[in-house]
Amino acid sequence: MRVSEQQIGDEWSSASQVGQALRHRREQIAQRWADAPLFRTVFTVSRDEAVEACKAVLDALAEVAEAGRVEDVDAPGFFVVREQLARMSASRARTGLSPAQIAGEVAALRSSAVEHLTAELEQEPTAVVHGALLALTTLMGTLRLVVMETALSDGAELINRQRQQLLEVATPVIKLWDGIVAVPLIGTLDSARSQVVMESLLEAIVAQQAKYAILDITGVPTVDSLVAQHLMKTVAAARLMGAECVVSGVRPAIAQTIVQLGLDLGGVVTRATLADALAFALRGLGVGFGPTSQGAVAR
Amino acid sequence: MTTTGTDTHRGSPTCLPIRSDMDLMWIRQEVRRLATEAQFSLVQQTKLVTAASELARNTLVHGGGGHMEATVLNEGVHTAVRLVFADSGPGIADVDQAMSDGYTSGGGLGLGLGGARRLVHDFRLDSEPGRGTTITVVMWHGGVPPTRQAI
Ligand SMILES: Nc1ncnc2c1ncn2[C@@H]1O[C@H](COP(=O)(O)OP(=O)(O)OP(=O)(O)O)[C@@H](O)[C@H]1O
Ligand SMILES: [Mg+2]
Repeated sequence: MRVSEQQIGDEWSSASQVGQALRHRREQIAQRWADAPLFRTVFTVSRDEAVEACKAVLDALAEVAEAGRVEDVDAPGFFVVREQLARMSASRARTGLSPAQIAGEVAALRSSAVEHLTAELEQEPTAVVHGALLALTTLMGTLRLVVMETALSDGAELINRQRQQLLEVATPVIKLWDGIVAVPLIGTLDSARSQVVMESLLEAIVAQQAKYAILDITGVPTVDSLVAQHLMKTVAAARLMGAECVVSGVRPAIAQTIVQLGLDLGGVVTRATLADALAFALRGLGVGFGPTSQGAVAR
Repeated sequence: MTTTGTDTHRGSPTCLPIRSDMDLMWIRQEVRRLATEAQFSLVQQTKLVTAASELARNTLVHGGGGHMEATVLNEGVHTAVRLVFADSGPGIADVDQAMSDGYTSGGGLGLGLGGARRLVHDFRLDSEPGRGTTITVVMWHGGVPPTRQAI
């Protein structure tokens, strides 16, 4: 049967009907959803816990519907359950499900919601029911997108965590020359990572009897006050071990930002490139290096 | 719809939570994306991302977590990115003291607030002890348009 748009009524009232129905049938739908794989396999401690989780999602859906934003993945109503949804999809992903499969599990929640909506609107004209069903379908599609989004960003988070772990395991301290070591820093220099960098660098300084240590920040996207603080601590610790630090890879944009931020790197030798830093260190060691060296070339 | 010099059009805001170090990374990425979208120069991008990093970390560390709302503003031919950092933490009792370089209540350098203010065009701090802190910053592409000198 075809229904004209006018009969369906405006989308707003359909959406708010969906919202009301979801609130009214909250308990029943939650009981059904709690047995669906998406909830059952995630909230394993007790069934009550699963039911509560379902209710949280239902409340969010009702709020989104009542706000007339059934198509809006960024609707504020989703905000409160985003973290829960992220945890759920992460937990499903850990069992080996792909984001598409997780989305499928979300889609599967639709049928029991549809049943209850239809029952709730039993007395209403067909056109109204159709309008509401359309709104519910859209809403459930949006929920699926929200979950997909969290699942995907979770994947990105996982990759990032792994990359970070990899960096921590393999913070490479390179021996560039007798007495010169270098660490190419890549990514975010947070507290944990800077601790690892510092430890590996100090070990290398001792092992290599290095007089110079180069910290290359070419791969560090942002140098804020915390990163700077970590760098300065590392420099200070290296000094205590008898090695001078050179920070290289200071790009022009970073240099300007550092100055405006008010960071005083006065006590730290900085160079634009790793090559410049190496030249500086070689000169310091008195190794012949090009026309400006003070070493082998008599001037 | 015609655009006059003083009309400000806003894109739809994005809202990101600030609850962990990982969130700070997302904030930096999102701000960099918006700054690129607003066609900021590399220097401007770097400044805005750095300011965002400072303010978001304050929201996390001092404010006990919160969120950032980012909006692209258009005023005539001028584009700006506006970032609002909000928390409902302890608030700042002495704003002048907090803003001054070198003041820190923790083990920081005390450069975050003052530095962020210098890095952006507009900076506004609203805070009430016990109620939380909201900091709004705006960075214009190229510079502050003549029609507009405040937020
Ligand atoms: N959102 C906030 N809520 C409560 N207090 C804050 C907030 N932001 C800043 N402060 C207060 O202002 C002080 C100065 O902040 P600022 O960012 O300049 O320095 P910091 O965070 O201590 O060190 P860093 O240089 O590492 O940023 C903080 O030490 C803190 O006491
Ligand atoms: Mg700070």
